[in-house]
Amino acid sequence: MATVFKKTPVLTDVPFHYCPGCGHGIVHRLVAEVIEELGIQEKCAGVAPVGCAVFLYNYMNIDMYEAAHGRAPAVATGFKRVHPDKYIFTYQGDGDLASIGTAEIVHAAHRGEKITTIFINNAIYGMTGGQMAPTTLVGQKTTTSPLGRDPEHCGKPIRIAEMLSTIEGSAFIARCALNSTPNIIKTKQAIKKAFQAQIDRKGFSMVEILSPCPTNWGKAPGEAMQWLEDNMIPYYPLGTFKEV
Amino acid sequence: MAKKLMKGCEAIAEAAIQAGCRYFFGYPITPQNDIPEYMSLRLPQVGGCFLQAESEVAAINMVYGAGGAGARVMTSSSSPGISLKQEGISTIAGAEVPCVIVNMMRGGPGLGNIQASQGDYFQAVKGGGHGDYRCVVYAPSSIQETVDLMPKAFDTADNYRIPVIILADGLIGQMMEPVELHMNPNPVLPEKPWAAQGWDPKGTRPRAVINSLYIETEDLDGLMTRLNARYDVIREKEVMVEKYHTEGAEYILCAYGTVARVCKAAVRILEENGVKAGLVRPITLWPFPTKEVHEVFAQESVKGGLTVEISNGQMVEDIRLAVNGIKPVEYMGKGGSVIPSAEDIAERIMQMRRA
Ligand SMILES: Cc1ncc(C[n+]2csc(CCOP(=O)(O)OP(=O)(O)O)c2C)c(N)n1
Ligand code: SF4
Ligand SMILES: [Mg+2]
Repeated sequence: MATVFKKTPVLTDVPFHYCPGCGHGIVHRLVAEVIEELGIQEKCAGVAPVGCAVFLYNYMNIDMYEAAHGRAPAVATGFKRVHPDKYIFTYQGDGDLASIGTAEIVHAAHRGEKITTIFINNAIYGMTGGQMAPTTLVGQKTTTSPLGRDPEHCGKPIRIAEMLSTIEGSAFIARCALNSTPNIIKTKQAIKKAFQAQIDRKGFSMVEILSPCPTNWGKAPGEAMQWLEDNMIPYYPLGTFKEV
Repeated sequence: MAKKLMKGCEAIAEAAIQAGCRYFFGYPITPQNDIPEYMSLRLPQVGGCFLQAESEVAAINMVYGAGGAGARVMTSSSSPGISLKQEGISTIAGAEVPCVIVNMMRGGPGLGNIQASQGDYFQAVKGGGHGDYRCVVYAPSSIQETVDLMPKAFDTADNYRIPVIILADGLIGQMMEPVELHMNPNPVLPEKPWAAQGWDPKGTRPRAVINSLYIETEDLDGLMTRLNARYDVIREKEVMVEKYHTEGAEYILCAYGTVARVCKAAVRILEENGVKAGLVRPITLWPFPTKEVHEVFAQESVKGGLTVEISNGQMVEDIRLAVNGIKPVEYMGKGGSVIPSAEDIAERIMQMRRA
């Protein structure tokens, strides 16, 4: 019988711990498949964040680090400077990258650090129980914006892909979404391009991925996908913002 | 090699290179800027990498990344910058990653001043960052001693997979002294099969996970047991202390770093005045020379001790714990970077004698 599907060996056999309908598991698989397809498993390491994806180091069949909250780009920089011929990616949530770790991500891009960042924008702090993130939409209710995010009080959501694309050192910056099969396929293509930019030593690369958090959005998985499509995509346009 | 007149910071940097350090991540702060400046020129010449980070927070995390990748790596800073590094130092300790951290202490708290100080003793010796961990802390009192300690610092870090702190004061960094460097163009470095370097699924080396998270109680307990066993070996094997004229002394001075040099001068003044005095100088502040200090004070001849520090009194607590009440221990010193003179120290001992 012909094999039509096989789990990539870049994922371990440890079962994911994510909630039903969570986007993290989809993105883990896409990253692992890209690493397999590019044939770089033995030359690639990853940095897990503090956030729901903290156990990424149990799931990826490559050498891994666990970084303190927001510091993954600095940790990846240390690895890359020691092993310039190897590849490394960071995997970060929006609290991790767009709040506590803004200095690290901006300066990794600024240095043109030859690393790849996978940025999961779920408009919320998933792990700590649904607090407001810098990416939380205006009016969105969270446990620390119980009446909805008020831009007068705490500003409007930050657009990371647009911001990093203005930085000279960035080589590939895109925003994708997990709301449909075509968009998931596009996400994988973008991840591949991001790794390719690192392989070609072009500079810093990042893919921002709009991803559902049904649990903390208080929605069923199907509803969450619809909410992402109806609310997040209009504010966070999809596309490639930079490709050198 | 013949002795060469060198500034402390530059000598430390070169000694680190000779000890096989090839990676440096740091952020400028007075009074240690000569270290990153020197490294920025020298490291590329020896095939290494210097990187000026965007902050001390980033610098220590780059150290974590590089140390976790198997490199001999160092960072340096001064007090406010070392405070910012504490999250990273705690992570590095928990993840069992070797590295060397130089602190050229300046006055604090807050921005304090930029003169020499010993105000970071508690931070370096008692923790600094959160959680149950230790760093090995060396406290050199001259540029030559700092240079001599550098290879040891890197070896200790690698042997025990522990962060090592060189706790010096701004004076050591800024003064010039004749030093003899130990040239070692091709240092042989230990294998680090545990490091992240790219994993071969068909090979024998297990996949590396550089990590300080142990979510299950039993697992964190396992780390603690492992670290404690290692700390016990360090306490047993790595204590360094200098005893100067302590045998049969009546009064014992206790000091570390540059103040210990002033104390030696005080010992000589006292001896000229017919008073038998000595000095105990811890070279490792952790592991602390508890047993050695106790033995000195246990001598029948000893009437009491005086701890001298450029701080409001920090090491004195460990001296008193070591002496354990068998003899009185007084404290002399000031925060705010005021260094007591040898005459003042001798006079204080004379007062203790008259009392
Ligand atoms: C220094 C520090 N501050 C705060 C926390 C608590 N904390 C853990 S995860 C997290 C936010 C996670 O949100 P995000 O990065 O968006 O990831 P998600 O869980 O949504 O994937 C916070 C604040 C921490 N672990 N460390
Ligand atoms: S809380 Fe949200 S982000 Fe975290 S696993 Fe559940 S759905 Fe995913
Ligand atoms: Mg999030």
